[in-house]
Amino acid sequence: MSNNQTVSFEHSIPDNLKGLVADWSSDVQTFRVRWSKAMMWIFLVSDTFIFGSFLCAYMAVRLTTIEPWPPTSEVFALHVGGADVPLLLIAIMTFILISSSGTMAMAVTSGYKKERKKTAFLILLTALGGLAFVGMQMFEWSKLIFEEGIRPWGNPFGAAQFGGFFFMITGFHGLHVSIGVVYLCIVAKRVWEGRYDRLNDYQMVEVAGLYWHFVDLVWIFIFAFFYLW
Amino acid sequence: MEEQKHFKHPSFYPGDAPETEHPFSLYISVWILLFVLSAFSYAVDLAEIQGYLRWFLVTVFAFLKAGLVVGVFMHMAWERMAFLYAIMLPPLFLLALVGILAVDGAFVYYIRDLFMPLVGE
Repeated sequence: MSNNQTVSFEHSIPDNLKGLVADWSSDVQTFRVRWSKAMMWIFLVSDTFIFGSFLCAYMAVRLTTIEPWPPTSEVFALHVGGADVPLLLIAIMTFILISSSGTMAMAVTSGYKKERKKTAFLILLTALGGLAFVGMQMFEWSKLIFEEGIRPWGNPFGAAQFGGFFFMITGFHGLHVSIGVVYLCIVAKRVWEGRYDRLNDYQMVEVAGLYWHFVDLVWIFIFAFFYLW
Repeated sequence: MEEQKHFKHPSFYPGDAPETEHPFSLYISVWILLFVLSAFSYAVDLAEIQGYLRWFLVTVFAFLKAGLVVGVFMHMAWERMAFLYAIMLPPLFLLALVGILAVDGAFVYYIRDLFMPLVGE
């Protein structure tokens, strides 16, 4: 019964502006989430500022170029069946990354249901999506470098700054995806071995999920601001 | 004594989001919605919409998708207000950076446009 009493005590602080003030001023514990989750979120906020600064710098430079910005929908077009389909590869990459986010969300739910094998399988499927994404990005980069002649210091399509921002922003995002694939593989291994069953706690799957969804989130903004603007 | 044992375990937090209550169908509908919104932004490019309408549409679709990912996939919609604001408010400072850089960028462009033709390449 003392369980229920504690629950009602915790919930006696309302979840509105009054509750916000009470939570912050309680001098005991501000965030009623686990440390693992809070710290992952705080890391993601700092990462938001890194990517945010990249995209702001990109905006500042793009506003100032006298030369026209390279037409992205033509630069990133893929030649399929005798016609150039604009941004086809990017559309497929977006599709794959969103799908991997979906499977990750399902992995988190399966984790909380303590379905060990299903969770491990879904995390591995997510990592596989990430691997496919990085592979396609490598294909995209080599096409741009070897066939189109795009360099960080110049390119044949327009403003010289295009290459620098493209390689830095997508490169940094690709690094995040690559690290995420390794991270997910480690978590999948631990799920498979039953570590979280022994702890009776699958929270680390949710924490890994937060990181993976963030990678998807960053891609949404790169897709919008770099490829489509 | 049984309750105490339960309380030593850190996985029990009353304010924590009730994760197990979300069915797969919720995630699948959000997944489909994300596809549809991505298709819309892709369609903006295919339809060759240009200028302010293009920027407006692309930005709106991006923020709708971001809201779905953060709210549902990352469970922010079920977190307590104290945590939600601590995480979601700081990135808003980036808007100040965007504003300052937009003014500065426009000015630099104006100067370059004025003087670059005189200097030549």
